[in-house]
Amino acid sequence: MNYQPGVGALLNEAKGAPRHLAVVRITHWLIAAAVLGLTASGIAILVAHPRLYWGETGAVGTDSLVDLPIPFIIGLSPWNRPIHFFFAWLLVLTALTYVAGGWATQHFRKDLLPAKTDLNWHSISGVISHHLRWKRIRADEAGSYNVVQQLTYLAVVFVLFPAIVWTGLAMSPGVTAVFPAVATTVGGHQSVRTLHFVVAALLVLFVVVHIAMLFLVGFTSHVRAMITGRMPGERRSR
Amino acid sequence: MSGLLTRRGLVTAGVATVAGAAGVGAAVQLAGRYGLIPPDRAGILGVGESLTYSAQRLLISNQALAREFPRSDISRIAPVNGPAPKDETYRRLLAGSFKDWRLTVDGMVATPLSFSLEQLKNLPRDTHINLHSCEEGWSYVAEWTGVRLSSVLEMVKPRSDARYVVFVPFANPNQHTGIVRALWDSLDMADALHPQTLLAYAMNGDALPADHGAPVRLRVARQLGYKNTKYLSRLILTDSMDRFGKRAGSRSAEGGNAWYGGI
Repeated sequence: MNYQPGVGALLNEAKGAPRHLAVVRITHWLIAAAVLGLTASGIAILVAHPRLYWGETGAVGTDSLVDLPIPFIIGLSPWNRPIHFFFAWLLVLTALTYVAGGWATQHFRKDLLPAKTDLNWHSISGVISHHLRWKRIRADEAGSYNVVQQLTYLAVVFVLFPAIVWTGLAMSPGVTAVFPAVATTVGGHQSVRTLHFVVAALLVLFVVVHIAMLFLVGFTSHVRAMITGRMPGERRSR
Repeated sequence: MSGLLTRRGLVTAGVATVAGAAGVGAAVQLAGRYGLIPPDRAGILGVGESLTYSAQRLLISNQALAREFPRSDISRIAPVNGPAPKDETYRRLLAGSFKDWRLTVDGMVATPLSFSLEQLKNLPRDTHINLHSCEEGWSYVAEWTGVRLSSVLEMVKPRSDARYVVFVPFANPNQHTGIVRALWDSLDMADALHPQTLLAYAMNGDALPADHGAPVRLRVARQLGYKNTKYLSRLILTDSMDRFGKRAGSRSAEGGNAWYGGI
């Protein structure tokens, strides 16, 4: 079938289906909670040793890759580690539910997979320049994701989240006893720690832009749509 | 609103909730029977700790080996958290090259024994070069020589119901707060009997330096740095960590760190 962008969403709307599927809504908020918890506890763990290295080893007194401009604060790390793992489990189990649900409901194909006709520089630069010129998004357009949104969401779901879990697991001495390659392929224990920080920073950047865009298009209505499935005024068909 | 709440929806949700709760209950019972629930299981954070510990114990073979490194990878700098004890007893033992030091191994064993440093050194020795990674974030590679904990346990003959080895050290000061505490810890039998788990008395070819845990420290290569108990004085075998401290399995778990440091 020749796929058209946003057609799935528009067809769903025509049938009275929600803008966001139930599985997407529920997992969205669980993942939001997990990301918040992981970011807060992650910062608390980071400040115990705010230096980043490359390779297997690194400590005060050895050369670092980056000395982050934050002070060393030791006392926070212990309690925040179990908090980090609690939210890591919430994230992983919810993400698996989301991927299984997204697959079963064809969410990825209908909502996130860009149309072949959109996958060119002209379309992508069009969306970017549109945004850079602060043009208001027309209501009919906002019913589906544009190609830049689609590519961003796909990258977050299928690149950044797997990468943050990979680099997290690769710091585990238990895991590397069985799968040493998860650490050695990217340079070693300190390298995966550094990459964990970089990927986390990219995820935080995504969240900041994601929330900023909500304010631009209408925070309340879009948050409401992610809770109830519908924008104000959208009706469920009988 | 009639579309949101339907009788069928309520019944389905109710059945799913009951089935889910029963499933979780059964899983917890089963995990407990197979020793997959860690001592620091209490509270909401215990859920994450239990998931991590049982996932690793189920997916990681007891024989899986931590990475070994060539001698050329040994780090120049090996930082220390928790310097050597300052009390009179430890100072006297250190000054006498630990000739009067004994390591008592007792608890749920058939033959409680007490070892001098010389006796430990005369047991079959084993050397490993691996990564010591601190939960704070730093890491170093060092060479450790000692006797396998499994060799010592073989001599004392643990009872079949013994599940943990408790490591009791001399109390030492915290490097930041100066508070003096015995940082006791424990391992399950999987890591206690692991071929890379050593009672180490030498580091990088020399006698173990005082600040690194002299005369003998634990080396558990598949767990984080804080699990490698220093300044050992006694090992106790037990079937339950509920008899020790605040029932979290270790002093560091009482302070927030995970009891299972293979994370």
